[in-house]
Amino acid sequence: MKAYIIRRLLLIVPTFVGISLISFCVIQLAPGSPVSFKLLGMQGSMQADANTQKIIEDTTRAYGLDKPIPEQYVLWLGRLVRLDFGTSFKDQRPVRDKLFEALPITIELNVISIFLIYILSIPLGIYSSTHTRSVSDNVLTVILFVLYSLPSFFVAMLLILYLGGGEYLDWFPVYGTSSLAAESWPWWKRLADHVWHIALPVFCLTYGGLAGLSRYARAGMIETIRQDYIRTARAYGFSERVVVLRYALRNSLIPILTLLGTLLPAMIGGSVIIERIFSIPGMGRLTFDAILARDYTTVMGALAMSAFLTLIGLLVTDVLYAVVDPRIKYD
Amino acid sequence: MTRAMNQAGTHRKESYWRLVWGQFRKNRLAMAALGVLALLAVVAVAAPVLANDVPLYMIKSGRSYWFPNLITYPSLTAENFYRSASRWEPGADEYALRTPIPFSPINQTLPDKKRPPGAKHWLGADGTGRSVAARLIWGTRISLTIGFVSAGIAVVIGMVVGALAGYYGRWVDTVALRVIEVVICFPSFFLILALMAFLPPSIYNVMVVIGLTGWTGIARLVRGEFLKLRESEFALAARATGMGDARIIFRHLLPNALAPVLVSATFGVAGAILTESALSFLGFGVPAPTASWGELLYQSQRLVSSGVWWLVVFPGAAIFITVTCFNLVGEGLRDAIDPRLRQ
Repeated sequence: MKAYIIRRLLLIVPTFVGISLISFCVIQLAPGSPVSFKLLGMQGSMQADANTQKIIEDTTRAYGLDKPIPEQYVLWLGRLVRLDFGTSFKDQRPVRDKLFEALPITIELNVISIFLIYILSIPLGIYSSTHTRSVSDNVLTVILFVLYSLPSFFVAMLLILYLGGGEYLDWFPVYGTSSLAAESWPWWKRLADHVWHIALPVFCLTYGGLAGLSRYARAGMIETIRQDYIRTARAYGFSERVVVLRYALRNSLIPILTLLGTLLPAMIGGSVIIERIFSIPGMGRLTFDAILARDYTTVMGALAMSAFLTLIGLLVTDVLYAVVDPRIKYD
Repeated sequence: MTRAMNQAGTHRKESYWRLVWGQFRKNRLAMAALGVLALLAVVAVAAPVLANDVPLYMIKSGRSYWFPNLITYPSLTAENFYRSASRWEPGADEYALRTPIPFSPINQTLPDKKRPPGAKHWLGADGTGRSVAARLIWGTRISLTIGFVSAGIAVVIGMVVGALAGYYGRWVDTVALRVIEVVICFPSFFLILALMAFLPPSIYNVMVVIGLTGWTGIARLVRGEFLKLRESEFALAARATGMGDARIIFRHLLPNALAPVLVSATFGVAGAILTESALSFLGFGVPAPTASWGELLYQSQRLVSSGVWWLVVFPGAAIFITVTCFNLVGEGLRDAIDPRLRQ
């Protein structure tokens, strides 16, 4: 297992290089050079100025744009390792600062969602797998299937329309993560206000993954219950409860754990839409606004950052997998 | 001898797919979903005769025109008829047989803007007075085209990468697995959005970008199948006859890995339709004024305070029904190819 984990960790290096290469290629795809974008922010009259030439030269040198492309890549990689993504074209602030400001709320939302997904889907899966072909299992299956196919932005728009401030009910706030006056409130009231604000976004982020994962949990459990060792356990006379929770559950959990690897990128991608709809100042919103403003450095920073976060998530999944299933060997 | 083997191969393949189809047909829910999808395909193909402001048949100025909505008549173009068809009312000796939804998906009618569902517009009108029904019908075209083309691109890339990785193993496999991991690491929606921001807006870019980011699952699937298949006796036999690798991979092994790929591709179509609608919802998808389901939801964002529920509910339902049907068909296929469930 130790050898597996070490090999797994070493494999980050090529993946990291690959991620940086793709990010770099995407930058090269951007129309025009960063220099021309820097100038775009200025007044048209200034562009004819004699200083303009100097600005162009300075910027070109500062970004290393006068060097050949492979060298540019190496320079860029060096900055990337130090998390130096350059300054935003939009407001000239370091992209790193903007990312670190936006990161906590996105991580908070996603961690809460993933926690809810796992804490709810496993009992749901156990319940419906031990009650197969019953009415409640069928109802649950249909509900989960419907949830699985509902696009999150559609659900978000319905929730905003009917539950938040539209023409109908006004139960939930649909803007930001806290009330404007919250600063002066005691902590418990602030917490309640925060929970009230993120309830709808978290719901939108959660239900799809929950539906998907419950279905996998059900399938995994049904698969495990058919195994011989479960029959043996039953033959020993253990109660059904002990058989399912003590013996079957552990093995049926393994495939669900690995699903975290596919869930994570989908959730981070999904938060672009949800954060945009609910005006939550996280990574998704930052990226979206940067894309709208053609703020390429911020877009690239966010893209690289989200890729690294996902990479870490995949790594944790693989290591956890090795921990819970010691049979695994590399290859 | 090769020919005989091939014939045997085709025969076996046909009977296998017939078996799968027989299993699939027993699943009533999946069959119903397939029926709905067939209906949607008909709607997509027949969009010009279902929703158009140009009539199906008309008599104008003493001349009769068959299907002016499909055929561009020079005499009508000369009168500038195609641009003003919605405003044209047949006179005393004139006649017009309109399409079921007599509105174009593109022409704006500002007096009708935000008109709720009613006698004129069954499903209401959008923020610029365009019929929601017409836009939904034409949007079916966009959604299905993007779904199938993107999934097609993903299937081709995924099969080739997966087949090469699984068949050759060793360093090819290592490289392929790293490439797959790199692509997985980019949250695909982030990557798609960033690419769409850098590329000029066009429906082809949407298809290609969704396809280029969606092949990893299929590649892993095919790789897994090939790891098993390359050790099988018929692969050994094929190698023993001195066949080239390409022939073994594509003629002998790949057909045996197709069934799970088909399942995955079906889910892929659903995913691509969702992604396109999400992109259009954010304003980065199909460029205006093309009708798309996500674009109607995009409009509803700005108009949400005026309670335009028909801009949320109808396109959302269209996306939901389509995606559900593709998922149901995918599930049905998966059950049909699973030998453990065969009766």
